[in-house]
Amino acid sequence: MKKEKKTHVTMAMVRKDLKKNRFAYLLLIPVIVWYIVFCYGPMWGVLLAFKDYKPLLGFTKSKWAGFRFFKEYLAGPYFFRTVKNTLMLNVWGLALGFTAPIFLSLLLNEVRRMRFKKVVQTVTYMPHFISLVVICGMIHIFTQNGGIVTELVNAITGKEYSSLLGYAGMFRPIYTISGIWQNVGWDSIIYLSAMSSIDPGLYEAADIDGAGRLQKMIHITLPQIRPTITILFIFAVGGLMASGHEKIILLYNSLTYDTADVIATYVYRRGIREASYSFATAVGLMSSVVNFGLLWFTNKVAKKYSDISVF
Amino acid sequence: MTEDHRGRIGKYKPANIAFNIFNYSFLTFLTLICFYPILHVIFASVSDPMELLSHRGLLLGPVGKATLNGYRIIFKDNSILVGFKNTLIYVGLGTAVNMVITICGAYALSRRDLLLKGPIMILITITMFFGGGLIPWYLLMRQIGMHNNIASMVLPTALNTWNMIIMRTGFQSFPYELEEAAYIDGASDARVLLRVILPLSKPVLAVIFLYYMVGNWNSWFNAMVLLEDRAKFPLQLLLKEVLVMNDTSAASVGSAGGVIVDGIQGSAAYRELVKYATTVVATLPILCVYPFLQKYFVKGVYVGSIKG
Repeated sequence: MKKEKKTHVTMAMVRKDLKKNRFAYLLLIPVIVWYIVFCYGPMWGVLLAFKDYKPLLGFTKSKWAGFRFFKEYLAGPYFFRTVKNTLMLNVWGLALGFTAPIFLSLLLNEVRRMRFKKVVQTVTYMPHFISLVVICGMIHIFTQNGGIVTELVNAITGKEYSSLLGYAGMFRPIYTISGIWQNVGWDSIIYLSAMSSIDPGLYEAADIDGAGRLQKMIHITLPQIRPTITILFIFAVGGLMASGHEKIILLYNSLTYDTADVIATYVYRRGIREASYSFATAVGLMSSVVNFGLLWFTNKVAKKYSDISVF
Repeated sequence: MTEDHRGRIGKYKPANIAFNIFNYSFLTFLTLICFYPILHVIFASVSDPMELLSHRGLLLGPVGKATLNGYRIIFKDNSILVGFKNTLIYVGLGTAVNMVITICGAYALSRRDLLLKGPIMILITITMFFGGGLIPWYLLMRQIGMHNNIASMVLPTALNTWNMIIMRTGFQSFPYELEEAAYIDGASDARVLLRVILPLSKPVLAVIFLYYMVGNWNSWFNAMVLLEDRAKFPLQLLLKEVLVMNDTSAASVGSAGGVIVDGIQGSAAYRELVKYATTVVATLPILCVYPFLQKYFVKGVYVGSIKG
């Protein structure tokens, strides 16, 4: 299809290419097959959203339902809750989870004792490699009744919380802060790598002008890593309506659905646990369309104002 | 050179001294916060369970008389060990398949003169932004026989686009003349791949290998939705039951391991102990090898960021 668009590609060239690169094409076969089966296969499945899929009838015999499931979700009581929770968790993530590694990398960059820096880096990267299940297990342990975090929160607020994961108001802070705890070190690497390529001449010039450490940090280091920040920001905003379901499934319970139930977990519960396949597919489809729109829009804005874009 | 320069001019300004004090103490504090939870779990896992139950606040060593009963219970019980064995199989098999397929894709896409490279790249890039979503994926997996099949621990995650692109960048990072020389000597494509490209790309191969391995070791969601038999469950899924769902029957507490527990409070205390010990057992292998592998992991981020 694509070949025909370029008029200068002739059949003879294709034949020559297939012959010359036959080894490469041979190796590509399993790769292409994998993409078709595991990535493109499910894409056809979004048609389920427009059908009233009954597993016993199969895909073709199930009746078409049009936009019925989309309307059902939009009019239902869970639409507002799931959208709000998805957005709120991501806004928390953007405000704290996104800025924390930038902050850490700026501070690490000012450390002149290399040994100290190395220790801080090694230890802060570590939680990134502990599995999510174990991390969430630790969160359960520390926030249970009498757990160390619970005690700390009680001491600060003067209240008598029992198990923190049972309070809807606690879910967002626990989710966000534990995320920072697990990933702040690891996420700072990309900024540190950007900082390592800053021209030292800039700092020398600032020294001669009598700039202090803080001033250099704000006026040299930060602007120099701005492209990196922008690109990661585009992805972060593009993902505002998306959220991983794995960690939430490991942390939430029916007491905290009010703040913790996001679109992805709702899709999981309705689709896999309750087998409302078509309805859940419709919800998932809607959210991925909105997501792509957000990514596209942020990318466009960034392109306009900073000449940086991801595509 | 710059260090000296900066030091000479700025070192003794009061503002800089204040900044340094803040910076070093903050980073020290952060390091302690990152490390302490792990230490807490280790100490708790060897503490006296009854005393641990009533303990409040920081743990700076085991509470009460140190005991290994928590570990005894886990290792006497079969299911955690079976999970461990399953995970080893899935990680071994999965990572091997990951590497083979990723090398195939990365090799082909690193060829400079591949006519179909453009269209194929488009095909691949699309999947990074669009997907069918969880439910269509799930139904398809059941349809192609992945349900309760251990192939579901390997095939759906056989390839990661991002890793493949990092590897391709690695394959392109040495001079083409090295390959050319081998071709002039009459080597076949396969030979060039095996004898020239792969040996020259050891660092990037190590990075990708580690990423896949960690991913496979940590994965649990696919197992939860696709596997039915407990005998096939990977370690992480069993951990989920013990740690998150509070179901310690996986490592059944009671008389198991010859540890005698009396009363409801006693069994609650032992349940806690088992949780701590399980966490340690699940984490320690990774934490032991981690310091030696750290530089490879970090390298992966660098390679990835050049491309991105």
